[in-house]
Amino acid sequence: MATVPAVAEPAARPAPVSITGRGPGGGGWRRGLAVGAFMGPALLFLGAIVGYPTVATIIASFFNKTTTTFVGLDNYRTVFGTSDILVAVRNNAIWVIVFPFLVTFTGLVFAVLTERIRWATAFKAVVFMPMAISLFATGVIWRIVYETDPHRGVINSMVGTVADAINPPGSYALPNIKPISGLSQRSDGSMVSTATVHPDGTVKLGLTGISPTDIPPGATSASEPATVQGGVAGVVWRDFSPGGHVGVVDSGEKGLPAMRIDLLRGDGSTAATTASGADGRFVFRDVGSGSYRVAVAASNFRAPFGGVAWLGAQSLTPADRLGGTARTLLTVPLVDIAAIVAMLWMWGGFAMVVIGAGLAALNREVLEAAKIDGASEWQTFRHVTFPLLLPVLIVVFVTMIINVLKIFDIILSLVPESSQREANVIAVQMWNSAFTASDYGVGSALATFLFVLVVPVIVVNVRRIRG
Amino acid sequence: MSAVATPAPSPALPQRRAPGRARLRRVLRSTPVNVVLVVVAVLWLTPTVGLLVTSFRPGQDYLSSGWWQALVHPATLNLDNYRHILSGGNIVDALVTTVLITVPATLLVVLVASLAGYGLVFLRWPGRDWVFLVLVALMVVPLQMGLIPVSLLYKHLGLFGTIPGVVLYHTAFGLPFAIFLMRNFYTGIPRDLLEAARIDGASEWTMFRRIVLPLGMPALASLAIFQFLWVWNDLLVSLVFLASAPHQPLTVTIFSQLRQFGLNIDVISTASFISMIIPLIVFFAFQRYFVRGVLAGAVK
Repeated sequence: MATVPAVAEPAARPAPVSITGRGPGGGGWRRGLAVGAFMGPALLFLGAIVGYPTVATIIASFFNKTTTTFVGLDNYRTVFGTSDILVAVRNNAIWVIVFPFLVTFTGLVFAVLTERIRWATAFKAVVFMPMAISLFATGVIWRIVYETDPHRGVINSMVGTVADAINPPGSYALPNIKPISGLSQRSDGSMVSTATVHPDGTVKLGLTGISPTDIPPGATSASEPATVQGGVAGVVWRDFSPGGHVGVVDSGEKGLPAMRIDLLRGDGSTAATTASGADGRFVFRDVGSGSYRVAVAASNFRAPFGGVAWLGAQSLTPADRLGGTARTLLTVPLVDIAAIVAMLWMWGGFAMVVIGAGLAALNREVLEAAKIDGASEWQTFRHVTFPLLLPVLIVVFVTMIINVLKIFDIILSLVPESSQREANVIAVQMWNSAFTASDYGVGSALATFLFVLVVPVIVVNVRRIRG
Repeated sequence: MSAVATPAPSPALPQRRAPGRARLRRVLRSTPVNVVLVVVAVLWLTPTVGLLVTSFRPGQDYLSSGWWQALVHPATLNLDNYRHILSGGNIVDALVTTVLITVPATLLVVLVASLAGYGLVFLRWPGRDWVFLVLVALMVVPLQMGLIPVSLLYKHLGLFGTIPGVVLYHTAFGLPFAIFLMRNFYTGIPRDLLEAARIDGASEWTMFRRIVLPLGMPALASLAIFQFLWVWNDLLVSLVFLASAPHQPLTVTIFSQLRQFGLNIDVISTASFISMIIPLIVFFAFQRYFVRGVLAGAVK
């Protein structure tokens, strides 16, 4: 194939004229013996383990579980009618649509860029290295990369750093914190005073579920709020102490400093914002007449970034509202994309090296001519390099399609049990049907389906060889 | 060995001496490319480094902090996981099984394919072209097509659950591509060389051994490396044929650990790295043949 750089295509060659009158390889039984000796082992292997089983599998796909009764197309009906198996077909479709394009594109970009650096050999070694690693180990490696907990997974750690910088977590992001007196929690996470308050009024906002170690170090004892002329005063504090009373600022109870407090108008809009002091007290001065509520803002309780479940089954498309088969077919689980990225890591180097070899073999004179004619670098690439490179790109693309149809190991090792069903692929389903559920009929139908998908490639290859 | 076709070296471009300003401009222009590729290289290395570091950390550390924390506190790294796993015997047994499968499957493919390549190029017999076309067709037949009938056949012959069964399966499915590769390579060997030997009365076997086999060494090396990696890294075939066998290769052993106990990272990461060591050594030691073999073999 075109991917074999070191091997010349056979040139048309006149049949050698034999002086001795015998054909090469001797005549009669001696020639037969030689052919048998050289070809026999290969033909035996191929006939017994590749050729005959291929035919047998196609036949078995029309028979029942134990390959004893003819069932017509029943197995194929099962394949395309069972939602679990249909998920596998859908996932293979996603792989085939996304992966070959992604790998070919990445390989092209890397190949073009490495032509401009001095350390291309080192770069290629680094990017090509994953080809030595098994798909199974690749799955294990990327499972560690994708860990959901930002403290453990490198991707979530990076995403978390950015997310927490944009949306800083609150200083009271405690799992058990809850209102206990004078306020109640809203669905948006903020806690709002239950009673309305007017100018000259005071509010007391008691929270609990804060362990002593979680109290900020600067906090001092809380005290009752003092009325402020024309303003609203209040206190936010840890309303818990042994023998204390709920709703009363008992001695020894600490204020909660640096809380963001909002003053809400009757329509819910924010009139003013302030922060609590070390003793938990806060004041809104000179508020206009009217009735207000006081809210402890949700940002105080905002949890830090908890990590994206990259290997989860959640869909990237809004297919949840659909039902039945449409839903199965139109769901794109996140885990598929995560697995595709892991595969890209593995095959990117392959695409880069193949395309790089294609680039190196291009006719330099044509490129120079384009440059002399005043073509910009992009124009040269777009109108000269790319069309010349297209055959190589197609080889990479088709190779990746064949690859992805048979994808197996990485699904088993990368995807956790919980989303295994949503990440199912044909090869995994074939293994499950045939060797876990012992249904040789459906297993054979799935294998035959895979085979049918590569038949076009077979036809193209054979045509090209026959030329 | 000039007879064996190698890609023609692209004619070197005349190097123009860049005057200072032009050179500066070129450096400035290539800086973003360098930066981007450095970032890519780091990204590409990170996952492997993550596994390596994880395999040297105590299991409970994994639960509390990321592996990159260990780079700041290298004192927490140790060989305990490896000591533990290698003393258990389980992984050692799996490693031996992997070798017992991989080495014969590689040697068999190399031997049978080089014989068949010779038969297809240097012997003339009826149906030769037809056989070659069938080979090309078989090259992309999915491995899955053979699993069910062959496992039934193996059960019949008593080969199911045995290492030779797996070896034969890998050999057979490795052959179409292997023969294709060897045939293409042998086509580049000039026939005059063999004609001369034939006139001198050399037998086919002698010509194969003395002329064709030595000339075909580069292709054989690429083929051997490719097949070695293919078999070493296989999970599916062994999973089907050796699922309940007493000895299982590394991939199957790690897989059943993963299935039974989940991601108990100290065992999984260490065993995974052990399974990667030999392929990585092969990669770094024979990079040229390795690349050529993988490139050629990717059509599989």
